[in-house]
Amino acid sequence: MDLRVTDLAVARGGVPVLEGLNFALQGGRALVLRGPNGSGKTTLLRTVAGLQPPLSGSLTGAGERIAYAAHADGLKAMQTVRENLGFWARVFGGRDIAPALAAFDLGALQERPAGTLSAGQKRRLGLARLMVTGRPVWVLDEPTVSLDAASVALFADAVRAHLAAGGAALMATHIDLGLDEAEIFDVTNCRARPRAALQDEAFL
Amino acid sequence: MIALLTRDLQLAVRAGGGFGLGLAFFLIVTVLVPFGVGPETGLLARIAPGMLWIGALLACLLSLDRILALDWEDGSLDLLATAPLPMEGIVSVKALAHWITTGLPLVLLAPVLGVLLSLPMQGYLWLVVSLALGTPALSVIGTFGAALTVGLKRGGLLLSLLVLPLYVPTLIFGAEVARRGAGGLAVETPLLMLAGISFGAIALLPFASAAVLRINLR
Repeated sequence: MDLRVTDLAVARGGVPVLEGLNFALQGGRALVLRGPNGSGKTTLLRTVAGLQPPLSGSLTGAGERIAYAAHADGLKAMQTVRENLGFWARVFGGRDIAPALAAFDLGALQERPAGTLSAGQKRRLGLARLMVTGRPVWVLDEPTVSLDAASVALFADAVRAHLAAGGAALMATHIDLGLDEAEIFDVTNCRARPRAALQDEAFL
Repeated sequence: MIALLTRDLQLAVRAGGGFGLGLAFFLIVTVLVPFGVGPETGLLARIAPGMLWIGALLACLLSLDRILALDWEDGSLDLLATAPLPMEGIVSVKALAHWITTGLPLVLLAPVLGVLLSLPMQGYLWLVVSLALGTPALSVIGTFGAALTVGLKRGGLLLSLLVLPLYVPTLIFGAEVARRGAGGLAVETPLLMLAGISFGAIALLPFASAAVLRINLR
């Protein structure tokens, strides 16, 4: 099943930021979101991940198929790399963490507490989590922040392998990963027109 | 679910996990009471059940803001919300982990501290029973409060203000069981009320906590 977004509008803090979004994402394809800071890329990704409801429009093929990676990696400083990754593997159904450790070159760091890792190493661990989820659609918010060139290449390889295995990826990034399968989607054209402030519908 | 429980327990007992914070607080409060009210045994024996209950309740309150705030700060709450676990299950496990690391040690420590307050002999059983029955309610209500205030910086004060009134019924009936037990009176009525509050909270509040957490994560 494809991820399909039809006439979607998303809001942040009750203020509409993007509207009229239409795209579809088939297995084996990647879609890269572009747009200036504050244009609503993160809000769109959180909506697709199911963390917030869309303002209007429809979203199909999401839900339990999404693996979401945000700005924060969700790591516990007092747990080792292996424990951190092993926890997520168990939550998502008990996959082997060895391929994920190998793909992101974390093998030598396995027994290190996550709190002692550098920012780039933490990011790599956060991205390795995607591989143990076994979910087909990766939703990534600025995945390459604090990664060096070699790590970006590791990440691009992981995405490529994921796409080759029939997965899909929706990501907001400004770095060209060199993915042949990637299309660019510029959200600037979909910015919401200013309109009367909506009421806070949180409790309705 | 079990993975989440073992992770939370593991984190609680590692450095900076906050295990022992509530216990130490409980210990300090009960040790200080005899200094504050004087060493008269009769008076201490009379106030012991109430003081032990208040001490346990405040110790519980102290660690509430850690239940969800830490997971929210490092982003793992967002990731858990997208994981194949129901939100109700996540908050229930969080409450259970809080009870195991805070409530259960308090229950076990209370009889030892009862000695310091010269609690009468027949009171120990009912003190432990009332705490064992009442502390799960404190954890579940506290998780609800934590879900309401998650995402607020320094939400601890608001959390305390929200949760304290909800703690009052548990405290009244819990302390009443312990007091009647210490006085050798019948404990059935307050015990049943306490059990009712506890089981009601455990059955209903996870749904409320999950609902407010979903709204707070938006």
